[in-house]
Amino acid sequence: MKKNFFLTMALVGMTFCASTTALAGTADHSKFPELNKKFNKPEDVTRECLKCHNLAGKDIMKTSHWLWSRKTDKMPGRQGQMIEAGKKNIINNFCIALTSNEPRCTSCHIGYGWKDRNFDFTDESKIDCLVCHEQTGTYKKFPAGAGYPAPVRTLFPGNNQWYDPPDYTLVARNVGRPKRSNCGVCHFYGGGGDAVKHGALDSALGKPVKDVDVHMGTDGGNMVCVDCHVADRHDIKGQLYSVSSDNLDRLSCERCHTAKPHTQKLFVDSFEAKKEMGYDIFKNKLYERKKPDETFINRILDKHIDRISCQACHINLYSTQKTTKIWWDWSKAGELNAEGKPVKKKDKDGNIIYDGQKGEFRLAKNAIPEYRWFNGEVGHLLEGDKIDPSNVPVIINEASGACGAKDSKVWPFKIMRGIQPYDTETNMLIIPKLFGKKGSGAYWSDWDWQKASEAGMKAAGLPFSGKIGWIETEMNWPLTHLVLEKKKALSCNDCHSRESRLKNLEACWIPGRDRNLPLDILGMLAFFGAMAGVSVHGLVRYRKSGKQEE
Amino acid sequence: MIKKIYMYKRFERFWHWAQALLIFFLALTGFEVHGSYEIFGFKNAVVLHMYAGFMLIILIAFAIFWHFTTGEWRQYIPKTDKLRDQVRFYLVGIFKNEPHPVEKTAEVKLNPLQRLTYLGYKILIIPVMVTTGLVYYYVAHGGIHLQSVKWIAILHTLGAFGLLSFTVIHVYMTTTGPRLTSHIKAMFTGYDEVEVKDK
Repeated sequence: MKKNFFLTMALVGMTFCASTTALAGTADHSKFPELNKKFNKPEDVTRECLKCHNLAGKDIMKTSHWLWSRKTDKMPGRQGQMIEAGKKNIINNFCIALTSNEPRCTSCHIGYGWKDRNFDFTDESKIDCLVCHEQTGTYKKFPAGAGYPAPVRTLFPGNNQWYDPPDYTLVARNVGRPKRSNCGVCHFYGGGGDAVKHGALDSALGKPVKDVDVHMGTDGGNMVCVDCHVADRHDIKGQLYSVSSDNLDRLSCERCHTAKPHTQKLFVDSFEAKKEMGYDIFKNKLYERKKPDETFINRILDKHIDRISCQACHINLYSTQKTTKIWWDWSKAGELNAEGKPVKKKDKDGNIIYDGQKGEFRLAKNAIPEYRWFNGEVGHLLEGDKIDPSNVPVIINEASGACGAKDSKVWPFKIMRGIQPYDTETNMLIIPKLFGKKGSGAYWSDWDWQKASEAGMKAAGLPFSGKIGWIETEMNWPLTHLVLEKKKALSCNDCHSRESRLKNLEACWIPGRDRNLPLDILGMLAFFGAMAGVSVHGLVRYRKSGKQEE
Repeated sequence: MIKKIYMYKRFERFWHWAQALLIFFLALTGFEVHGSYEIFGFKNAVVLHMYAGFMLIILIAFAIFWHFTTGEWRQYIPKTDKLRDQVRFYLVGIFKNEPHPVEKTAEVKLNPLQRLTYLGYKILIIPVMVTTGLVYYYVAHGGIHLQSVKWIAILHTLGAFGLLSFTVIHVYMTTTGPRLTSHIKAMFTGYDEVEVKDK
């Protein structure tokens, strides 16, 4: 008995130690002489990395972090048709498209030198290992450098900041598992600034409290991005449907919380599960989570999972810490001041609501999500797709799903709306060249939509008639961060009431929200009819009996 | 002349009032779940409605047992004899202080109109409410999976409105005894006042 006990304790202890060591890594890169030298360019660092990590390059090249696209034959509207779709060729309603704007957009690519369509996706030395793995926080890519850091000290006029070339030796010797800031350096700032795009993914997740995000909260789960977004040979799980289309490689809450989260424990309390998930539960003591009571209400909540995403109830509001854009009207752009510089207007909180360079904005903070059915498949408008201008707003990335349909659940969304240019002859959304030198046709230098459209469409290999119209578009951004613990989650009434958050959702039947109006009217008529009937009956009885007594 | 007779046995009275309270409470919580108003909050209304519903089902089970073991179920066998007289009484005779066309005794408690009404209540309204209620319950948290609870909800609401109107008329009808409160008192004490034809 006693012997067994000690044996078990020893095993537990060993597993614990093993996991702690794994977290710290088994190699101290600062001790490698190969890294202790002067690097002239970032590619030299990559070559040094690949000497030992000699399979990592091949792995990276298959990922959407590298390709900014993925092969799919399941995109709604194009099923059966094998296409490549992703950030590199879909359209959005922020800065619209990548094509012709590469050096600016690809400053967030995990590579070096994607400055036009001729980038060599097979050159392993062009992989930027550092942006994800360096731990010093000193490594910065130049915002318009096609993924390269500044080669010499350079001023970026976009934000008026100076960018220094990194100390490659320092950063190369300090690499490790990606921290929040490694992911955040691109993902928090999508759309050219903090919180602009996502609505639930911004620098607030750099060091939140659990009331902002229960998983990442430093007083909560204290998880970093890659605790949940685990990678299999550099292919990181989880995807965002502003650029993704397949129901593939998705992360789910159920992975840890089971399909009955309101009555079951997390299943991360077994060593086996931990190994498989690559997530260190011991670090955050999540294994101590108690099994919830199996109450009537908890069972009802579990049953909701068939139709309602976890996010729908556990994300209360989006953009709770930072301000996000919810409206972008490109047609208003172009106002320049006397010096020829774009005019900027701010609201009383200092947020830019007009920029001559970009147009008019509307912003939101602590916003209530909009709710839609979603089955994990999104159909995108790709470059060159025709739109129907009579059907406004144009949905740029339509989320599939319907009540009762397989895998469809109610999801919270940030809906990005705006007005952007299209060709009134070809009915294609225009890919404008925004970024570039004066004379290149770039809108931000030449201030001419004709030239910008021509240059952009030419770069995309698409026709342009010269006729520009403006059309309202809508983009679906499913929300999945800013998850709150149960006591901060939505309550029943938020959905089960006439003034429901799901008021506009086409749903089979939501108790408390839905009623059959004719039935309600008839029912009330019957009730008040009965009241009136017995009142009249009683009154007549009373008067008659009175008379008879006389 | 008015005579006092022992009309309702102890279980019958208990059954009646327990049922009355439960149905009142089910209506109160049920119409909150329906979205008509907010008193307890949706979540509490659901839970309370569930408990009250199961208590009613247990009560109904006892009542069915009681009806069959005592033979009281025979009270509900429909009779068309004097049905027209009874309808005429409520529409005309009652205003002229005419006597009830059917004598009320412990053996024949219900007039032909009541027989029909309560039979309908027992074999239509209650089964519909219990069945749709149970289906709703198991859809909400159990093994029943439906595309939509729409028709279950609509049927259940239809029954609820039926019960609502029934209750109004039912309560009013208690005033049609020899005295306004005769029948209500009877349901508490068991002793009812009935008109007996002078011989």
